[in-house]
Amino acid sequence: MAHDTLVKPAPTRARGIGRVLIVVYAILALAATGRSVYEIIAKFDQAPFAYTLSAIAAVVYIVATVALIAPGPVWYRVAWVTISFELVGVLTVGTLSLFLPDLFAKASVWSWYGMGYLFIPLVLPVLGMLWLRRTR
Amino acid sequence: MIEWFTIVQVVVAVAAGLLCVVLGLAGRVPNDLTMGATALVELLLIVQLVVAIASPAFGNEARGSLLEFYIYLISAVLLPIGGGFWALIERSRWSTVILGAVCLAVAVMVYRMNVIWFVQGT
Repeated sequence: MAHDTLVKPAPTRARGIGRVLIVVYAILALAATGRSVYEIIAKFDQAPFAYTLSAIAAVVYIVATVALIAPGPVWYRVAWVTISFELVGVLTVGTLSLFLPDLFAKASVWSWYGMGYLFIPLVLPVLGMLWLRRTR
Repeated sequence: MIEWFTIVQVVVAVAAGLLCVVLGLAGRVPNDLTMGATALVELLLIVQLVVAIASPAFGNEARGSLLEFYIYLISAVLLPIGGGFWALIERSRWSTVILGAVCLAVAVMVYRMNVIWFVQGT
């Protein structure tokens, strides 16, 4: 990996970028949770499928945030699982929302590849995976 | 919500966010300027909270869901506090970038609050 030579003299830098990543994850977790709580309280019956998905996504973002912060090999694996789940989720739901818009008449976090969230849900898992690979 | 105040707030949050991200990437640790910019963003959020609470008494009712509005507003109020504490505890350039990320997130949330108050439900 070409980065290896860069990582050695500045090991704290990778960790530093990782911290920015964790904060963005935390913000997204907060946004997804807030939205999901509101949807379930106020209008769950309008689109139960999309809103259930929102709630699952919110929980997964919270777990991913914790897994990125917590040390140890178990959390490392948890981070991989949750982040992979997010990537699969945003790609699947994003594609479904394009072809079956009725199912997602009310948007979830992942609808249209996370467009309502500036595509951050699409970009973040990829950055997360790159970071995980680098810190192992 | 008052529209011109909200616009000012979004502009300030975006400017503060860009300032912090740029200075952070340039290697600056959190200083009075970046912490001050974040504090200003927080101050405007507190003013916004007071405005939102007082508005209905003056006939300025939200068109959209008040519950959704307040979930956004309370979350937004907490963000600069969290980022600010982080910056006080860890004095690194990345803390400055984090301040910027927080301010930009606040800008997006205030914009969304504006949509809920003035557009949603019409």
